[in-house]
Amino acid sequence: MPKKGTKSTKGTDDEPQQQQNKLPDHLELQRTRVICKAGAPTHTEGFQYSGAYAAMGVDTSVSVDKFCMNFKVEVKRLTEDDMEFDMIGVDASIANAFRRILIAEVPTMAIEKVFMVDNTSVIADEVLSHRLGLIPLDADPRLFDYMSENDVPNERNTIVYKLHVSCQKGSPRLTVKSGQLEWLPEGSQLNMAAPAQSGNKQKTYTSFSQSQKDISKESLGVKFKDITIARLGPGQAIELEAHAVKGIGKVHAKWSPVATAWYKMLPEVVLLKEIKDDDAEKLVKKCPVNVFDIEDLGNGEKRAVVTKPRSCTLCRECVMGPSEEQVRLTRVRDHFIFTIESTGALPPEVLFTEAVKILEEKCERVISELS
Amino acid sequence: MTVADDDRECAEAAAKDPNALPAPTYKSLAAPVTKSVDKFALLPAFLKVRGLVKEHIDSFNYFITKGIRNIVKANNRIEARNDPSIFLRYNNVRVGAPSVQVEYIAENITPHFCRLTDRTYSAPVIADIEWTVGKQYDLKRKPQFIIGYLPIMLRSHTCVLNGKDEAELARYGECPLDPGGYFVVKGTEKVILIQEQLSKNRIIIDTDSKGRVIASVTSSTHEIKSKTVIFMEKDKIYLQLNQFTKSIPIIVVMKAMGMESDQEVVQMVGRDPRYGDLLYPSIQECAFERIYTQKQALQYMDDKVMYPGAGNQKEGRSKSILRDVFVAHVPVNNGNFRPKCIYTAVMLRRMMDAILNADTFDDKDYVGNKRLELSGQLISLLFEDLFKTMNSNAVELLNKATEKIHSSPLDLSLHIKTDIITNGLERAISTGNWDIKRFRMHRKGVSQVLSRLSYMASLGYMTRITPQFEKTRKTSGPRALQPSQWGMLCPCDTPEGEACGLTKNLALLTHVTTDQEEGPLMNLCYNLGVEDLSHLSGEEIHASYSFLVMFNGLILGKHRQPQRFANAMRMLRRSGKIGEFVSIFVNEKQHCIHIASDGGRVCRPLIIADKGISRVKEHHMKELRDGIRSFDDFLRDGLIEYLDVNEENNALIALYEHEDQDDVQRSSITHIEIEPLTILGVVAGLIPYPHHNQSPRNTYQCAMGKQAMGNVAYNQLFRADSLLYLLVYAQRPLLTTKTIELVGYDKLGAGQNATVAVMSFTGYDIEDAIVMNKSSLDRGFGRCIAMKKYTVTKEKYDGGFSDRIVKPQRGKDGALLKQNMRALDEDGFAAPGQIIRNHDIYVNKQTPKNTNRGSGPPLTDRDYKDSPAVYKGVDGETTVVDRVMLCSDTNDRLIIKCIIRHTRRPEVGDKFSSRHGQKGVCGTIVQQEDFPFSERGICPDLIMNPHGFPSRMTIGKMIELLGGKAGVSSGQFHYGSAFGEPSGNADTVEDISYTLVKHGFSYNGKDLLYSGIVGHPVQSYIFMGPIYYQKLKHMVIDKMHARASGPRVLLTRQPTEGRSRDGGLRLGEMERDCLIAYGASMLIFERLLISSDPYQVQVCRKCGLLGYYNHKLKTSYCSMCKNGENMAKMRMPYACKLLFQELQAMNVVPRLKLTEG
Repeated sequence: MPKKGTKSTKGTDDEPQQQQNKLPDHLELQRTRVICKAGAPTHTEGFQYSGAYAAMGVDTSVSVDKFCMNFKVEVKRLTEDDMEFDMIGVDASIANAFRRILIAEVPTMAIEKVFMVDNTSVIADEVLSHRLGLIPLDADPRLFDYMSENDVPNERNTIVYKLHVSCQKGSPRLTVKSGQLEWLPEGSQLNMAAPAQSGNKQKTYTSFSQSQKDISKESLGVKFKDITIARLGPGQAIELEAHAVKGIGKVHAKWSPVATAWYKMLPEVVLLKEIKDDDAEKLVKKCPVNVFDIEDLGNGEKRAVVTKPRSCTLCRECVMGPSEEQVRLTRVRDHFIFTIESTGALPPEVLFTEAVKILEEKCERVISELS
Repeated sequence: MTVADDDRECAEAAAKDPNALPAPTYKSLAAPVTKSVDKFALLPAFLKVRGLVKEHIDSFNYFITKGIRNIVKANNRIEARNDPSIFLRYNNVRVGAPSVQVEYIAENITPHFCRLTDRTYSAPVIADIEWTVGKQYDLKRKPQFIIGYLPIMLRSHTCVLNGKDEAELARYGECPLDPGGYFVVKGTEKVILIQEQLSKNRIIIDTDSKGRVIASVTSSTHEIKSKTVIFMEKDKIYLQLNQFTKSIPIIVVMKAMGMESDQEVVQMVGRDPRYGDLLYPSIQECAFERIYTQKQALQYMDDKVMYPGAGNQKEGRSKSILRDVFVAHVPVNNGNFRPKCIYTAVMLRRMMDAILNADTFDDKDYVGNKRLELSGQLISLLFEDLFKTMNSNAVELLNKATEKIHSSPLDLSLHIKTDIITNGLERAISTGNWDIKRFRMHRKGVSQVLSRLSYMASLGYMTRITPQFEKTRKTSGPRALQPSQWGMLCPCDTPEGEACGLTKNLALLTHVTTDQEEGPLMNLCYNLGVEDLSHLSGEEIHASYSFLVMFNGLILGKHRQPQRFANAMRMLRRSGKIGEFVSIFVNEKQHCIHIASDGGRVCRPLIIADKGISRVKEHHMKELRDGIRSFDDFLRDGLIEYLDVNEENNALIALYEHEDQDDVQRSSITHIEIEPLTILGVVAGLIPYPHHNQSPRNTYQCAMGKQAMGNVAYNQLFRADSLLYLLVYAQRPLLTTKTIELVGYDKLGAGQNATVAVMSFTGYDIEDAIVMNKSSLDRGFGRCIAMKKYTVTKEKYDGGFSDRIVKPQRGKDGALLKQNMRALDEDGFAAPGQIIRNHDIYVNKQTPKNTNRGSGPPLTDRDYKDSPAVYKGVDGETTVVDRVMLCSDTNDRLIIKCIIRHTRRPEVGDKFSSRHGQKGVCGTIVQQEDFPFSERGICPDLIMNPHGFPSRMTIGKMIELLGGKAGVSSGQFHYGSAFGEPSGNADTVEDISYTLVKHGFSYNGKDLLYSGIVGHPVQSYIFMGPIYYQKLKHMVIDKMHARASGPRVLLTRQPTEGRSRDGGLRLGEMERDCLIAYGASMLIFERLLISSDPYQVQVCRKCGLLGYYNHKLKTSYCSMCKNGENMAKMRMPYACKLLFQELQAMNVVPRLKLTEG
């Protein structure tokens, strides 16, 4: 589990292993970089075939050893809801797999069923339910099971929330916020409409056998308490019960654990020739994100240098124009700056490990299917 | 003053003036002054004063304040036919407050109440009457006599909404952004469309279908409407009038009017020998006929009168025609025909001018020759007719009463049937049929239901102009864009197809004039040196130095110094001494000065410039922004004036104040446009950068903007429209225009800002299809609500019986008898909030079994049968009962309105469009993880195919994307007003690109995207950014239809037709032809017989007629041969059997000859 800092496998030698034959520079560039020209990027796909450069004696085949040698993860930023880390030494397809799993396959809890008792607000029942569904819940989905079609809602697959707000006549308009959703650890309080069988207690919409407080140490509230759900005018009221279940983002975006997760390849900016004096000033001015800086060479001479290539947003200002190429913008093909913006159910770093587990599971399934 | 100060002041100004209509915030509109004076603030000021539909309201106000008085005054006394001293007189007619009579008590009503309860929003027309009773002629008076109810235009003077602020409007259940200008008749909102027609009382020189030069005048006075045509055939000139069987030589007409000398005629026309040459054959013809005197001429004409019997016998029929019908608008006082002679001479002269010089032909399509008829005028015609009918009916009834009963007092007031006016007006407005026999007017579709599909649709209706002539003609002339439409009529907003170019829309600042009093203006003209013609000879009239002065088509006189006269008149207008809509037009070609004060002219405000220097200065604008000055002050101070299309010809109008002081042209500039964007109308005004688009694209958008879903009005959830589409999360466009802010589209948007990537993806985006992101749809993009109204009436029957509504029937155990009653509440109506599915009951109604049994004992449960209202919806969709409204209609029956709501998310096949006429259906919906994403993690909401651009040339859409992208990154709204770059009302691409680069984007809006499927970068940079997308009302769920087997038509036993009846899909003639050509005979047989209407018949082989099968005897039988020996079975379509029987019924014998069987 990559907590903080660097996780690297087997040795930390940065030097790529020495090949007996090296590719010529231009081919090496094509192999390892996406070249971002002014008009269009070139060599975006690279070569997947292991023997693509076999004629030159270069082996690009994938092996576990090589991977273990090269693979590296560096966490650059980690906060409560988002993180940025570098994933070095993998193919785009691997990075993309993680991204896709994060968006669509890591489960979370989200409100799926809403039982309306009263809704006299201007917002329609379906729209209100839709809004409730999109509220991120602060519930660890690992504590819960999926609810399949024939399941009865119980404490292991359903979280119940109650919302009961009303705006008194004569009072000003009221904004209903997500914080007003109240967690019901003991399950639903609504009685089923079926005719009452006297004797045993009323049947509700859930059948909890224990309190959810025993399952989760923290209370299972909403993550953000200031999301506007509805507005009530004087005399209007909303009373409802919402049942949250576990699901994945593939089914509906409300179950996606991330606001978004994406990566970009590491930008690399190379000065193709020495840029001095006025040209250097011009170049520095051109860049809106200050990739370049000026180095004073003494005796009044100035030289442009690349100081912050990582912040390049590819506005391509430095490579545009009629003048001959002086800068080369590239992207490093196997170095991904990965960003995860969590919606709050799980911290981003946990999300990533969950994604790894899911990928692992998938791989195992493939292996077991094949054998 | 700083900007902050400005804001505060504006806020105060806004607080002070509550009825600031769409109240565009000055903060956003008072952009920093660029070069010269920033005149934009004039626009919101203008709209604040005039409103968006002021022409409708003005016209109606004119009718209820002046028009109705004039009509009643002109016919205020009615008297019995045989005894004129029995009379009734109307005095002081006026329109009261909108109200309804409930049990003899007037109750005030509001428009929204009328909409919900299917009533007419009307007000009583009240008059004080005095009349005589009986033979004693006792004079009686009644001060508050209601002569009828008049539907009231919303926001007019008498409307309760007039001058109300937003809070008060909200209390009335009204939307403050609703412009008014329409009527509520029987609960539906009706607009009386603006009617376009050729101007009345003006000489039009034209050629007719035979290529003859004609001069025609359509005269229109209060008494009569006539058309006078003078034409030239074979060098001779004739008059054509409906009242004459043949055309009459013009010289004869002149002689008949007392101009006996040929020389005088020639002098009247003009001394130029060329005129004489042209006139010579006509004079010669007259001489051949041996007509030399007035008497002879009249005699000649008498022989040609169409209906010789009628008319004044004493003076001869033709003389009265000449007096009353021939150029009827020129008055004949005391038998003085001279004005008519002069008028005819002027017509002749203009005609000959046209023959000599083809340039002087009039253009019928020229907007200056057009008049727009507005609701006030149309209602006034109707009211006049109905009022006269009511009065003549009263007289008729009185006459009958005198004949019948001699004892009852003769009282005219008893015979006035007030519902003639009430019903007549209501019927005309609700059907749109304007049938007025008195004025020979038969028009259909004058009023239309105000579309509430979107806010833009209803605004578009208010500015629409419909043509008079039929649309079928293939003429191109009237359809073409006229240069004179500039600034008056929107060049973009016209429908496609048959009404293309004929149906037009008003531009943003256009005003349509109402009638103004003529008397004082005429006197003023005489005071300013117009010489009366009665003292002048023909020679003097046409002297080269003098100009004729025409006033509303009438020849007033002549003036020796035309320019000075015109300047003086204009000076008076600018100083507010005469009405601001009076137009003074010097026509150099015709040597005429036209002064017009009639109604229906289109005009628009312009800034006055002195030698190219704008009179509006920065300090004026500052006063305006500070709220000290209003638009009317600009008018009063002579800084701005209204010009109509004709007067525009005397002006040189610059778009902007010229910078160059020494520009030669500059000195001749007389006016400056307020803003170039105002040449577009309301609907075209919401297109960003329309001047960068190919022009038909803007026209397409004008049609589509009206189909876009969004917010309809602030009161949309309290309305009871039969169909209402709403967008759940409507947004205001990121890239706005000034017009959008002026009309309030930013408050009632109809679309969403979608992040669009222009690229090819999945192949499901060909032919304009759109690929949509599933997660965006999950999050609410394109989600809409369709609300449908279902009405049930609780019918009443004779004998005091009525339908009843019962609670859902339950069995012994309390369970519902039928499953389809689950949506019902205990009161028998569907409960609001209940989910209602196909075949569910929403009103549990029962009807008496015998409805016409008269009175009798009260009905028991057994006397009723179930007649529930069953909901017909789509299977598998969840629809919800939104509201149930109960009200009583005008016949006191209970009306139940159930509004059923369906929330829909976009699906494959739903139609979307940007604001540039680029429509497309949703081709596929793709998971977000498959979608491409940018280096910033941005994932588009939809993907559009780049092939949509090259052929459509909608550059505006590209700039919208750039501007939107810059807008979201810098946190401000960018503008794209039409032609707005020079005045700063549209951001330039350079500025936008600069902003983009500042925020780290490429200047051209193209980003590096990573493929979401394989993970590596996409091979080209992708043009990506937000574009405002509209969801159009065409949705798959409303259209999709398929059937296997299903209902059949009773008569033919063939499958039913149409989606609503779950009909089959027809294999038509052409499809059949294909199958024949292919030789698929079995398929044809299967389609046309087995799957349609197979039927087995018994055919008699002997007589060839159809027999029948006797089921008792188990034999077939021929009723012709009276035996069952030669019967054969065969299959044929039931329709065929039906045909045979129908033929037999007509005594045609179809015999079948069977070769086998």
